[in-house]
Amino acid sequence: MKLKDIQSKVQPTFFEKHQRKLYQSLEDKHTTIEELDDGDPLTTKMVLNMGPQHPATHGVLRLVLQLDGETIEKTKIDIGYLHRGVEKIAENKTYQEFMPYTDRMDYLSPYSNNVALCTAVEKIANVEVPERAHYIRMIGCELARISSHLLWLGTMVMDAGAISFFIWTFKEREKIYDIMDRIGGHRFTISHARIGGVANDLTDEATGAIKEFVESFPKELKDYHKLLDRNRIFIERNEAVGVLKTEDAIKLGATGPVLRASGYPVDLRKITPYARYSEVDFDIPTRLEGDNLARYFVRMEEMHESIRIIEQCLEKLPKGPIRMDDAKKAYPSKDEVYYSMEGMIHDFMMTDTGICPPDGAESYHAVESPKGELGYYIQSDGTGHPWRMKINVPSYTNLQVLENILDGEMVADTVVIIGGVDPVLGEADK
Amino acid sequence: MSLELSEHLQKTVDYLSENFSDKLVDVYQSTGDTFIVVDADSILEISKHLKENLHFIYLSDVFGIDRYTSEDRFEVVYNLISLKHQQRVFVKVRCEEENPEVDSVVSVWPAANWFEREVYDMFGVFFRNHPDLRRIYLPEDFDYFPLRKEFPLLGIPGSIELPSTTPDSD
Repeated sequence: MKLKDIQSKVQPTFFEKHQRKLYQSLEDKHTTIEELDDGDPLTTKMVLNMGPQHPATHGVLRLVLQLDGETIEKTKIDIGYLHRGVEKIAENKTYQEFMPYTDRMDYLSPYSNNVALCTAVEKIANVEVPERAHYIRMIGCELARISSHLLWLGTMVMDAGAISFFIWTFKEREKIYDIMDRIGGHRFTISHARIGGVANDLTDEATGAIKEFVESFPKELKDYHKLLDRNRIFIERNEAVGVLKTEDAIKLGATGPVLRASGYPVDLRKITPYARYSEVDFDIPTRLEGDNLARYFVRMEEMHESIRIIEQCLEKLPKGPIRMDDAKKAYPSKDEVYYSMEGMIHDFMMTDTGICPPDGAESYHAVESPKGELGYYIQSDGTGHPWRMKINVPSYTNLQVLENILDGEMVADTVVIIGGVDPVLGEADK
Repeated sequence: MSLELSEHLQKTVDYLSENFSDKLVDVYQSTGDTFIVVDADSILEISKHLKENLHFIYLSDVFGIDRYTSEDRFEVVYNLISLKHQQRVFVKVRCEEENPEVDSVVSVWPAANWFEREVYDMFGVFFRNHPDLRRIYLPEDFDYFPLRKEFPLLGIPGSIELPSTTPDSD
């Protein structure tokens, strides 16, 4: 089926060339959905624009859907409405200066982004990180994972029709925000990790809050399971919806929970353990179905695993410094800065020039963020600014999958499928 | 510098140097990552071999690098993972400043579709036989390639059409 006259019917008033090309590409898209007939006697065929301003698209995602009645025949995704050019900005900032920008990429799990940048810079500049800092980072990352998954759970269930659930998951997220506040002094964009360690040690208050959360959260999680696992409405909305077949998952480059829900136990925490993930015990939840329900189960189980990891980290948390004690590579501690001339100079140098990896060095380091593989490629030219920094973001890769799995679904399921894939546009648009 | 390659990467390098001895430009390591530079014209053929014979079935990323003053200014890097051997390798091709063109690898790894569009959008590297080569972040009406080094950080005034600020004007 082809809607032959899309072009004549659209009259873009803005970015005309862009709109025309987008509709042309929708027209040209090869689809495997069965062609019904060439005519359209009942005029059930139409092109529907969803977004960029749409509450269910989780940001500024724009979908152009070609519909036949209520079935989606083909989809094109248009992104870039939140493009800020952070890679260009990174080339003009020192490595530490760039960290607040990473907070604002995947704004649902800032801690993972900070750690991803730090580990990449530490790899290229050969910086050692103290044991204690590794464990603090792991705790932060896993809290961020829970926080991100809670938001996904709330909004996805809301997309499927249950409004009050959203408020319950936000109650738990609020606790995580409070913990983040106690860890680093910020609730949302915390920028707590530093190159060579973390900004400050966990206070007793923070440790207490984390312990309390770790104790109380599994009970809440159990309640969520009770509400949803056998809930008929929820299952009917999600089962066999948005299926990503096992053989397609790798082909389309899916990553994170989306890939694991399609049957591949791929988790960078196991494959290339960073921080101290090799010393804690956890499983990789996997499902075979590849539908939205499978993604739900994978993420729910990941939250259980995160709690397990945090518990082990708290138990193993060693004593010692929290940042590398080499002022040429990491910020000196504030005690030193305020009370010694040396410290003051080093602090100034770190802010002004920053850490300088060797000329021509290249490195890539990826961490498992809540959404999937988050990798930083850095090429250095010997100065304090990277020559090229490429950020491999999981939401972008998963959106490409979304473009392909939407074909053939019902239009009413679109929002649920977007919710299941869980893209964050701040990250996808860079 | 001698290379410290794992078993599978050694096999990969051996395989490539055996079958594509004249296409293999360089193999080097930097901070533990392995980079294989190949001839730009043979990337499609080499990627087929990498996927089918060497198990690099998962394409994690494709990105561009602007080397500015160097000869063969633009670099396109393919970030490949072998899930079977749990190894990562970077394959690089270099192309010239005037009319940079590389064969598209979408037919080998469909995931390359959006990644190549991003490289095209940011650097202006053209991918031959790409099924849907449009800009991805910026609108088609934009005429520059922002990640090229000569593009100013502040942007170019007037390069992008903005909506009028008064609501009623046409």
